[in-house]
Amino acid sequence: MNLDFSEEQEMLRTSARDFLTKECPKTLVRELEEDEKGYSPELWRKMAELGWMGLVLPEEYDGMGMEFMDLIVLLEEMGRNILPGPFFCTVVLGGLTILNGGTEEQKKEFLPKVANGEMILTMALTEPSATYEASGVKTKAVAKDDAFVINGTKLFVENAHIADYLVCVTRTSDGASPEEGITLFLVDAKSPGIKCEVMPTIGADKLCEVVFEDVSVPRQNMLGKLDRGWPIVARTLEQATVAKCAEMIGSAQAALEMTLAYVKERVQYGRPIGSFQVVQHYCANMWINVDTGKSILYEAAWRVGEGLPASKEVAVAKGWINEVYKFVAERGVQCHGAIGTTRDHDMGLYYRRAMAAELAFGDTDCQREVVARQIGL
Amino acid sequence: MDFKLTPEQESLRKEFEDFFKKALKEAPPGWVAGLETMFSEEGWAFHRSLARQLGKKGWLSRPWPKEYGGQAASIIEQLLFNEVRGYYGAPGVDVFGVGMLAPTLLLWGTEEQKQQHLPPIAKAEIMWCQCWSEPNAGSDLASLTTRAVKDGDEYVINGQKIWTSGAHRADWSFILARTDPEQPRHRGLSYFLVDMKNPGVTVRPLISMEGSHLYNEVFFDDVRVPKQNMVAEENQGWYVTLMTMNFERSGVAGMMEAKRTLEELVEFCKETRRDGEVLARNPFIRHRLAQMAIEIEVGRAMSYRVAWLQEKGEMAAAEACAAKVYGSELGQRLSYLGCQIMGLYGQVKRSKWAPLMGRFESAYQIALGMNIAAGTSEIMRNIIAIRGLELPREPRA
Repeated sequence: MNLDFSEEQEMLRTSARDFLTKECPKTLVRELEEDEKGYSPELWRKMAELGWMGLVLPEEYDGMGMEFMDLIVLLEEMGRNILPGPFFCTVVLGGLTILNGGTEEQKKEFLPKVANGEMILTMALTEPSATYEASGVKTKAVAKDDAFVINGTKLFVENAHIADYLVCVTRTSDGASPEEGITLFLVDAKSPGIKCEVMPTIGADKLCEVVFEDVSVPRQNMLGKLDRGWPIVARTLEQATVAKCAEMIGSAQAALEMTLAYVKERVQYGRPIGSFQVVQHYCANMWINVDTGKSILYEAAWRVGEGLPASKEVAVAKGWINEVYKFVAERGVQCHGAIGTTRDHDMGLYYRRAMAAELAFGDTDCQREVVARQIGL
Repeated sequence: MDFKLTPEQESLRKEFEDFFKKALKEAPPGWVAGLETMFSEEGWAFHRSLARQLGKKGWLSRPWPKEYGGQAASIIEQLLFNEVRGYYGAPGVDVFGVGMLAPTLLLWGTEEQKQQHLPPIAKAEIMWCQCWSEPNAGSDLASLTTRAVKDGDEYVINGQKIWTSGAHRADWSFILARTDPEQPRHRGLSYFLVDMKNPGVTVRPLISMEGSHLYNEVFFDDVRVPKQNMVAEENQGWYVTLMTMNFERSGVAGMMEAKRTLEELVEFCKETRRDGEVLARNPFIRHRLAQMAIEIEVGRAMSYRVAWLQEKGEMAAAEACAAKVYGSELGQRLSYLGCQIMGLYGQVKRSKWAPLMGRFESAYQIALGMNIAAGTSEIMRNIIAIRGLELPREPRA
């Protein structure tokens, strides 16, 4: 057992923190909330130069071949700064899915472009039914000659408006269970018949509605096997859920630190409010939450990285960290007083995203249901 | 980062598993872990028998240095021991003698004190209690007023202690008494080892609301203690009480007790029908049990982290406090959940009507004490805030 990060991981953390503090100040975060694209191509290029997009991709695809835990470290730092843009969907939802389920040809075609920052990917999974379960996939793909024709509506698709390719999860047949009959396609976002519209959301994080109307996709763009794509999605969801947890813990840690700094300096009744026991206990509770969140995050991430069965641990982590982030953001606002509720204050950036992050990849109730099944209920 | 155990650690855990699984077959019917049950008539007999077996195997002294009969077990090994022991709800480890006094003596004791007291602790021949709290010195322990006055080669102790767990069962006690009232509060205290059979020691029971006898008042009337029973120098008592590093204090045992309890609750819900439906199908119950499972898994992960920090030689004071407060508050929620799931039966004491031997009816009451004993939840949060988060101290009146 060794529960420390490696020296390389500590270095990655430090350099990512320095880089993001400098290159992604909160002024940029706010600017990009209003921006149509929602990301900074210049910052994207710099991140690519640092090798971040290829961090966990194998070296043969121009990646750095690092471990899943390295990605967790990086995502924590991104969450700390609430880095806007398509990193998560490109690397986790797109890159890892291709790595998990793609043919050698597909990997060679797509992954180097991801690693070099030349391609933005995302996954089109959820639909108006708003569930991550296979049963929610109604978008149909029908074989026609050497292609498949996709029809349907995807919702909550991250950064589809700027994506070059979408990993589209479709239903190709009705199997005995909802998980059967699912097929994945790599769809060129510029294909005729695709309409994309950004949804106004609490995190201003460019979730999109994507309508597929007779969108033709060549057969060779199928990712994985016909009708048997769900296990690839399931693997990605497991990775994405724990990756999201890392972002959330990074954010919660930042919200906590911001609050601690504030209560040490804000004076009322002639003394810092952080010297009042009630405020101290709020802070202690916030810290306990973040600390317990880290403990379960790293264990779940380790299991996922090792390829061990992790359904329970991942659901436990997300179910817990959903509540941790919301709790810390809410108490953070309370400790800041009225200023914390304003548009101008950074605490609101976190508070809003705490809700968005909970909903991504399964809210707490969803995770509880997974855990319920895992403990034999 | 790597959560894997070494093959040696795996096989050690297996050894603990085999032992405790078998040992718990001798438990009294409806046995539930806890100090309240341990100090009962049948609980105490079970505890002593198990303690002797553990002593014989050398497991009570595993963390001690080899020269005192230990095996210098690492924190992680202790974690595994406590994890397994906690899961099976096994008594057999004197929390005061094994858990507190032995590490204290190893650090502060004279050679003579070590030779006299360590072997009987290791063999489970002598059981200890801790006489610290007083009626007017609870969280503010350093304000205690029990006096120890030097008289030749002896000290004469007068005063009253309270909340002394198991004083009615203990052979010996370690006590804090004031030796110099002129010194500032923390600096006038000394640490003594007192034979409970000494003339002048009176133990009076304090019965808990659910009926168990855990706590006591202990009165010291002109109790004479030889000066060689003082641990460390005169007036150094406070510093002796500060936690020692080399004993695992991650709270893992409590978390594993909770895990086992939850498993039993899950089984109950799978077997019990209400309104024509199995409880396990009820979405409200499913989610509440799942939430508890989430909290227990998180707590276990947390205790591993505390142990790891300790293994590395870090104080981890804030983390240990977090684990304590997290664990006791979780235990309370679990007891409430259990009662509610039992429905009307949740109020029934152990009897033919009580599901699961009425364990949640008593847990509902017992859980309260855990938020108070060994540092209240408020004190734990104060320590986290001041030491962990470096918030400014509250001005004292």
